[in-house]
Amino acid sequence: MKIHEFQAKQIFRKYKVPTPEGSVATDPEKAAQIAANLGDFPVVVKAQIHAGGRGKGGGVQLAHSLDEVKSHAGRIIGMNLVTHQTGPEGRTVKQVLVEAGVNIDKELYLSLIPDRETASIMVIASEAGGMDIETVAAETPEKIIRVHINPLTGIQPFHSRKVCFGLNLAPEVIKEFSFMLKQLYQLFVENDCSLVEINPLVITKENKVLAIDAKMDFDDNAMFRHKDLLAFRDLDEEDPLDVEASKYNLNYINLDGTVGNMVNGAGLAMAVMDTIKLAGAEPANFLDVGGGATAEMVENGFKIILSDDKVKAILINIFGGILRCDILAQGVVEAARNTEIKVPLVVRMEGTNVEEGRRILAESGLELFTAEDMKSAGDIVARIVAE
Amino acid sequence: MSIFVNSDTRLLVQGITGKEGQFHTRQCVAYGTQVVAGVTPGKGGSDMDGIPVFNGVLEAAEKTRANCSMIFVPPPFAADAIMESIDAGIELIVAITEGIPVLDMMKVKQVLAGSGSRLIGPNCPGIITPGQAKIGIMPAPIHKPGGPVGVVSRSGTLTYEVVFQLTGQGIGQTTCIGIGGDPVNGTNFIDCLAAFESDPETKGIVMVGEIGGNAEEDAAAFIKENVTKPVVGFIAGLTAPPGRRMGHAGAIISGGSGTAAAKIEALKQAGVHVCENLGYIGEMCADVFPT
Repeated sequence: MKIHEFQAKQIFRKYKVPTPEGSVATDPEKAAQIAANLGDFPVVVKAQIHAGGRGKGGGVQLAHSLDEVKSHAGRIIGMNLVTHQTGPEGRTVKQVLVEAGVNIDKELYLSLIPDRETASIMVIASEAGGMDIETVAAETPEKIIRVHINPLTGIQPFHSRKVCFGLNLAPEVIKEFSFMLKQLYQLFVENDCSLVEINPLVITKENKVLAIDAKMDFDDNAMFRHKDLLAFRDLDEEDPLDVEASKYNLNYINLDGTVGNMVNGAGLAMAVMDTIKLAGAEPANFLDVGGGATAEMVENGFKIILSDDKVKAILINIFGGILRCDILAQGVVEAARNTEIKVPLVVRMEGTNVEEGRRILAESGLELFTAEDMKSAGDIVARIVAE
Repeated sequence: MSIFVNSDTRLLVQGITGKEGQFHTRQCVAYGTQVVAGVTPGKGGSDMDGIPVFNGVLEAAEKTRANCSMIFVPPPFAADAIMESIDAGIELIVAITEGIPVLDMMKVKQVLAGSGSRLIGPNCPGIITPGQAKIGIMPAPIHKPGGPVGVVSRSGTLTYEVVFQLTGQGIGQTTCIGIGGDPVNGTNFIDCLAAFESDPETKGIVMVGEIGGNAEEDAAAFIKENVTKPVVGFIAGLTAPPGRRMGHAGAIISGGSGTAAAKIEALKQAGVHVCENLGYIGEMCADVFPT
C-alpha cells in the first residue's frame, strides 16, 4: 500500500524524524492560510500524488508571497500531472502540501528496503541526493552505500557509523543523523514498511537534518496488524477495477488488451498472459483467483472482468490444487446466471475433481469453448478476438 | 532415489484441524505419505481420522518420531509455527501458508541460518516424490513416478501445468519442489539444483521461474559452473507491467531489474534450454531429456 508524502511526514513526526513545518490544502485559500501561519517566505507548494518525479512535471513550486502561493496552488490543484511514474495518462492532483522553505547546504539520498537476498533491512544512502537513485546506481555506483541490518538484532551504533562516515558527514551533524536513522529504522519495522525513501534528505546551512521529501510503502501482507494505516489509503490513486477487486480479496491488475482471463495461481496467471500475447492477442488483465478461492470469489472475479469494456473474450485456465475444479465450475455457472455474459468464453481445466467440474459446465447449458491444453486455449481465444 | 523426501519421511501437520489442513492431510494420507501427527495448540489429545493431535511440535516429534512438518497455519501465526518446528529440530519444514509478512519471514530466515532445519516455502505447493510421498497441496494424479526428471519452481499451479505436460509425454519425475512465490523464502533454486545434480536417478532438471528478484540469475550462474545435467527453463511474466506486484509478493519488476527478458537471457547464457511458450514445454522436454 502506498501513501502520500504529507501522510508519510505525519508518521515521520510521530517518530521524531525532522521534517519542514507545513500542512495540506485542497484549495488555494487554505494553502495561503497555511503559508501565512508559517510566517516566512519562501514556501514550497507540492502536488500530492502517489508518484515520483513531481518536480519535473511542474508539480512543485517555490512561492515568495501569499499571492504566489494562491496562484501556484490554484494551478496545481486540479492539474493533470504527468511524470515518468504516472504513465502518459497522468494523475489528477487533488491536494497540495504547503511547507516552509529550507536553507539547503547538502542534499543526500536515504532509503530503507527489505533485502530479499540477505533477509535483512538494507539502508541505501548516497551523497548524490535529489537525483534518481537508479541513475546514480547505473552511472556512479561508488557513490552508493549499502548497510544491512539483521532484523533479529535491530539497528546498532556501528550501522549508523557506516552510513555517517560513508556520507562524509560533518562531525556536528553525526549525532543528529544517527538518531534520525535509528528512528527511521524503528518506524520501518514497527509499521511493516516495504519502502521508506527520503530524496532528498537535506543538511541545512544551520547543520540540521531535515527530510524535505518522504515516501513510504507498506507490506500488504502485514496490514492485518496495522488497521490504523488503512485510513491513509487513497482509493482515487488506484484503478477503479483494481479497487473493486481488492474488496473481494482478488489479485487483479487492469491492463490494456482485449482478452480477459481468470487463472488460479499467480505464476500460471502470468504464463497465461504471456501465452495470450504469443498467440497474437493482448491480455486485458491479470487475475489470480488464488488458492483458497470460493465459488463466490470466482463469481466476483467474473464480474470484474465483465465490467471492463475492453474485454472481447474471456479465457479461464484453472489447474486444480487447493481450488477444486468443481468449485470453479460452480462459480462460472453462478456468474453466468447472475451477470449477462456478452462475450465468448474459453475454458480450460485440469486437476482435482476435473471430471465433476467438466460435468457441471457441460450440464449448465452455457455456450462455451473447451480447450484441451494451454496451446489450444491461447490459439482459440486469439482467433475469437481477431474475428 | 529422490531429493529431500521419500517413503521414509514421517510427516506432522501444523494446523491439521483447519479446513484446508484437514482436506490436504487426507489427500496426503491417500497418496501413501506417512502422516504420523498433527499439531493444533489447545486440541492436544484429540485426533483427526485417527492421527494423534498434539499441542506442540516438540511433543509431537518426540512421541511420533516425525521428521518433517507441513504448515497450514494462517499468516499472522505462520512465522511462529515455522520457528516452533525449527526449535523442535524438525529436519524438513514445508510451509504452504500464503501471505506471511516479509518482516516475519526475514526473522525466520535468520533463525533458520543457525539451525539444522531446511525450509521449503512459504507460499508454495510443497514437495512430492511421486510414488513415495506427497507433502503439499499439488494434485497427485498428474505425477508419474520413477524419474528421470526433477522439477523446481517458484509457482504452484504453474508447476502442475509443467508436470502435467511432462507426464503427458511419458516423462516421469524424481521429485517436484515448489520453492514458493514470496520474496524471502527458505530453500532456493540453487539448493534444489545442487541436490538434483547429486541425485543419480535425476537425469534432467526443469526450472520454472518468474519475474522479480535475482534468484533465476543466481541459479543461471550456478548452473554454468556446477550442473552437468540438461536443464529446461521457463520464466513467467514477459507481459507483466513494471512496478506492479503480480499476485505473488515476490513477483515485481522494480527499477528495471527482475524482468523476464533478463532472466531468460541469463539462463540461455548458462546453456539452459529456455521454453518461451508454456504450451510447448512438454514437447521441449521430450526433445532435450534422454529417455
